[in-house]
Amino acid sequence: MSKWILVICYILLAPFIGGLLEGIDRKISAKMQRRVGPPLLQPFYDVIKLFNKETINVATAQTFLILTYFILMVLTGVMFWAGSDMLMCFFILSTAATFLYFAAVVTSSPYSSIGAQRELIQMMAYEPAVLLTCVGFYLAAGSFNVGDIAQTSVSYLVYLPGCFVAFVFILTIKMRKSPFDTSTSHHMHQELVKGLTTEMGSKNLALFQVTEWYENVFLLGVIGLFVVNTNPISILAAVLVILAVYFLEILIDNSSARMKWQDMLKITWILTFFSAGVNLVVLMIMK
Amino acid sequence: MANITRSPWLLHYDGSSCNGCDIEVLACLTPVYDAERLGVMNTGDPMQADILLVTGGINSQNQDTVKQLYDQMPRPKVVVAVGVCACTGGVFKDCYNILGGADTTIPVDVYVPGCAARPQAIMDGIIKAVGIFQQRSNEYKAQVKEKKKAAKKGAQN
Repeated sequence: MSKWILVICYILLAPFIGGLLEGIDRKISAKMQRRVGPPLLQPFYDVIKLFNKETINVATAQTFLILTYFILMVLTGVMFWAGSDMLMCFFILSTAATFLYFAAVVTSSPYSSIGAQRELIQMMAYEPAVLLTCVGFYLAAGSFNVGDIAQTSVSYLVYLPGCFVAFVFILTIKMRKSPFDTSTSHHMHQELVKGLTTEMGSKNLALFQVTEWYENVFLLGVIGLFVVNTNPISILAAVLVILAVYFLEILIDNSSARMKWQDMLKITWILTFFSAGVNLVVLMIMK
Repeated sequence: MANITRSPWLLHYDGSSCNGCDIEVLACLTPVYDAERLGVMNTGDPMQADILLVTGGINSQNQDTVKQLYDQMPRPKVVVAVGVCACTGGVFKDCYNILGGADTTIPVDVYVPGCAARPQAIMDGIIKAVGIFQQRSNEYKAQVKEKKKAAKKGAQN
């Protein structure tokens, strides 16, 4: 029963939490640059405005593809919070990302297409770390089910510090933060105009934004899974760890320039191998 | 919360200007003036923009580009001409290739004079444009409603 409450909470609250986190992100970023910054609710103002604008579709299929991206992303989160198979969650997440790729290339705009290709390279970069993290949870808990994984007396951070580091690292890619924001270029005036989202306007862009919020809440939930155990106080600890990780991402975003995709792929794979891979080997020997 | 004026996204186009006004437009986004506190974002993508900021006069080569950018922006949209060149053609007015200000090609809503226009003046112009943006938005909503009504009536008949 309680898991369905979590699922309903996720569906209803995730956009608000995600939007609020983005508002905090923009505010903290502004403070780091000694600016006043936009109001906390700015992301909501943006999305509401976008929903009220005229729809111009470059390709009619785009709306359908983004809608599929949205539904699959919500489904990923629902499966995670319902405590079902973690591997399946990440497979559906990858499927969702593929639909985003199609939504970008269907317009055949050069900026959008190059952004989409970079998105695929980003997927290639982060996917090994995601899979190794899942395997790590399996080795430590003996199950892929999120519900079983959460029932532990000791936090997984003790068993999986390497996987945690790798997962936080790829979170920078997933959240489209600065050294790795090759596919969308979310800061103003950059090489690819708006990359992946160049041909998305009004409602489509708003839906894309809301989907990103759902995704962020899901990913931060996975971070929380590293911390929670049967002790209720651990939930508070998980929230604190999530906020700390989010702050770290903002810090990285504001203090680094964009990388080439070759460097991104190399660094991510090397780090994944040495941190998550070694962690798994050690765990196998010890168990 | 449904206040549409809280999030004006800019598209900045540089016509044939001396770049003085462009630098002042960028100055608006620096920490000193920080246009982002008004929700302003510099998008560079016409599909996502609400306000078209034109600096510099229109010449025979960039006329089509300006027209195209304006057409690619979804409604409601507002145009701001920044600097005296974008308003009237300025010192370049009598050049053989200059057609005049931005209003020779697209309907301009706000004129920000100056050579170069000061950041304060540009911010003031954007705030004026935001007011017009709200008005346009209301008009657009009414139009959409009427269209829907007409479509319903058409379906009934």
